[in-house]
Amino acid sequence: MTTATKPASGAAGPTTAVRPSLKVPASLGVLSLVALVFFGFLGPAKTAEMKVSEQGDAIALPALQIPGQAGGIVLAILLLAMAAYSIYLWNQGERSPKWLPIAFAVVFVFALLVWIVAGAREPSISLAGLIAGSVTLAVPLVFGSLSGVLCERVGVVNIAIEGQLLGGAFTAALVATVTHNAYVGLLAAAAAGALVSMVLAVFSIKYLVNQIIVGVVLNVLVSGLTGFLFGTVMAPDKELFNTPARLDILPIPFLSDIPIIGPILFEQSVAGYLMYVAVAVVWVGLFKTRWGLRVRAVGEHPQAADTLGINVNATRFWNVTLGGAIAGIGGAIFTLVTIDSFTKEISGGRGFIALAALIFGRWNPIGAFLASLLFGFAYNLQSILGIIGTPVPSQFMAMLPYLVTIFAVAGLVGRSRPPAASGIPYVKG
Amino acid sequence: MGVVKLELKGISKAFGSFYANQDIDLVVESGQIHCLLGENGAGKSTLMNVLYGLYEPTAGQVVVDGQPRTFRGPGDAMAAGIGMVHQHFMLVPVFTVAENVALGAEPAGPGGILNLEKTRRKIREISERYGFDVDPDALVEDLPVGVQQRVEIIKALVRNAKVLILDEPTAVLTPQETDELLDIMRQLKASGTSIVFISHKLREVKAVSDVITVIRRGKVVGDAPPTASPTELASMMVGRPVSLSLDKAAAQPGERTFVVRDLTVRAANGTNVVDGISFDIARGEILAVAGVQGNGQTELTEAILGVQDHVTGSVTLEGKELLGLPVKDVLRSGVGFVPEDRSHDGLVGPFSVAENLVLDLYDRAPFAKGIGMSPAKVAENAAAKVREFDIRTPSVGSAAGTLSGGNQQKVVMARELSGPLRLFIASQPTRGVDVGSIEFLHRRIVAERDAGTPVMIVSTELDEVAELADRIAVLYKGKLVGIVPAGTPRDTLGLMMAGVGPEGGSDDN
Repeated sequence: MTTATKPASGAAGPTTAVRPSLKVPASLGVLSLVALVFFGFLGPAKTAEMKVSEQGDAIALPALQIPGQAGGIVLAILLLAMAAYSIYLWNQGERSPKWLPIAFAVVFVFALLVWIVAGAREPSISLAGLIAGSVTLAVPLVFGSLSGVLCERVGVVNIAIEGQLLGGAFTAALVATVTHNAYVGLLAAAAAGALVSMVLAVFSIKYLVNQIIVGVVLNVLVSGLTGFLFGTVMAPDKELFNTPARLDILPIPFLSDIPIIGPILFEQSVAGYLMYVAVAVVWVGLFKTRWGLRVRAVGEHPQAADTLGINVNATRFWNVTLGGAIAGIGGAIFTLVTIDSFTKEISGGRGFIALAALIFGRWNPIGAFLASLLFGFAYNLQSILGIIGTPVPSQFMAMLPYLVTIFAVAGLVGRSRPPAASGIPYVKG
Repeated sequence: MGVVKLELKGISKAFGSFYANQDIDLVVESGQIHCLLGENGAGKSTLMNVLYGLYEPTAGQVVVDGQPRTFRGPGDAMAAGIGMVHQHFMLVPVFTVAENVALGAEPAGPGGILNLEKTRRKIREISERYGFDVDPDALVEDLPVGVQQRVEIIKALVRNAKVLILDEPTAVLTPQETDELLDIMRQLKASGTSIVFISHKLREVKAVSDVITVIRRGKVVGDAPPTASPTELASMMVGRPVSLSLDKAAAQPGERTFVVRDLTVRAANGTNVVDGISFDIARGEILAVAGVQGNGQTELTEAILGVQDHVTGSVTLEGKELLGLPVKDVLRSGVGFVPEDRSHDGLVGPFSVAENLVLDLYDRAPFAKGIGMSPAKVAENAAAKVREFDIRTPSVGSAAGTLSGGNQQKVVMARELSGPLRLFIASQPTRGVDVGSIEFLHRRIVAERDAGTPVMIVSTELDEVAELADRIAVLYKGKLVGIVPAGTPRDTLGLMMAGVGPEGGSDDN
């Protein structure tokens, strides 16, 4: 066999060593240098005060006093150390551990906070209030992104989260006003969200219309419908139709007095507690139960599910409906907890941020929850910083949540994999 | 449930006005391997999908152990003891083996919380009994195709399948894996499972079947014993006498004008899907690239054509470097290219046959006139090509997508063989093509060789490789395992397809 060329070495064929991506180490390095220059060397001279406990808390902790420049330098050095570790690992041909970018982000945000607060007119904020407020603002996002998780995991792209939130907000306000009962309003919101979802489900599953288009159209439809009804029904007679009963905050005795954690976990409305329950239930449901296995199979390989006797389209329909109900509850937060009445476009694009949170959270309920918290934090930071008077123009502050969204989704997600059949209608055969 | 006798009585299945199955009778005796032989598109898979409850028959009856049954879905079929291994595996890639096996019949505790321990135990049991070597906790996407197929078989066995339908199970396997599968089939048969084996590969059918039923155009043509000769079986499949062997003269290789050196294609995940491949092809010679599907063949041909990114190395044709050139310039250098997926890459389905025949020539004389086209010339060309290549189409104006697979392939071939060529590359030239057209297409390829063109054929069908090749190059995981002369024994090729170098040639490792 004279023509035989060099044979492949070994049956397995050694895979060429793949060097891990430089993206993480490089961006950490650049950011830590930015931190050193701006937060450290160019840091403000004033001292930032961060209050940890609220007045009237059972356990009062002293407020943190952080000198602007010195604190900035210390934090920047901490960041540099983390970046150096990441670069060292990269040089060794290893990937940075998952916790590293997260820890880096937390310290970086803290340094940013010190820098901004120390540079403000009134260099004092309440850390506890900042975090508790973030959670409050994140609640609708969490419900919205859970809705997205449920839909996409089963193979339907839910662009209509915005519409479901808005529908839920409107219905909650109307029903809670008319019945004088916030809990009935909450249920009605879930029903409204489910109804919007059912339209999405019917058109995308039964009539195979492009899911993105149906979703966008639904958003516009719900926006127009609630806007019209608000103008013709609610606005003329606010007393009768737009003064909803409110979901009371139900603090759990003693536990709610724990600094920082107390207000987050134990001083919520029913909807707030429901959020934690929903995240846990959806996570356990998706990854630990028979139902979840089937749902994920339908979203990954519907034909395989079909050949095993699972009704693909029914599974999709009910999951999408359930997702809509959850988003509807999220919408009710606007009118029953955060604000005391419905106004046009009250959801203000939160549904799209929820969509981003779902992708940032990699189609995982817990990931989506954490991502929503991040976006909630960005919203809250923006409003608090406006109050204490930072030198940064308010318009830039208002951009903050969206900037965070873009960077989070584009830069940090990396290559995450959506459910394989997401967005693809299932036709037998 | 003991042994099961399965009968299909007068099954018809229509899609619109088209009958995929018409009045089919079939009896599968218990403990037999019953082969359904037929060409692609003959209606074998449709029939099995009816049997498995995926399609509702337009007419007819499925009878299990003397009792007529109606299957509303695969669940009913499984309950009746029928299991199916589909041609395209029905496995969720991101699930573990155990999750895939359990899906649809999951053992679960209170609140529907999964408990897969029982499933794992069953998988280990079956795995041991048949020597499968399957790890219940492995992710399916990490498993080789042969093992995935075993997972499919386990899925059916866990559901107590007494009749196992295997739909073209060998299409994705190496010859060695195929032999192993045939062994597994014999073992299953010995333990009382009946098997319906769907195939169009005569060698395998003859090796393992007890009874062969031949299907053509949705109808049963007749039964044949496994002792029937390949020519007889092929003639039954096609409906007219066919000659299975191609008479071709010995190659007269000339100058080696097509030279590939260290060609490497890096995939998005950083691995090399084509890894340092070097070979040349002489004028008047056919080099067949063999290998199991997905070992870099697609990327190799696409790299030569210029539609792959991240390519390094060199590809020269008559001394001219092709790498880095736009696709159009590569084609204009005299390269004819038949892509492996004709309906996706070779044709524009809604365009007419005539238009498809000038897809890469439309902007040059004689088909172009200034910025306009010359419809008369296009039609003239089409008429000539239809005649020359015996393309069966209602008219040259019919949409190419409506033609049969064989005729679509003829359209692509006719276009790519239009000009005077300096290199001809054909990927899977006869995949999904009827036996009658195969003969014709093979003759055309050999004619091109005899006209003095270097020809490169990529095929996963060893029969085709053996038929056409003057030399055979085998790919495994993107590497060239070796280049061996035509006439190299099947076993050697099979081992090479699994990455083991050719005997005698591997000493210089």
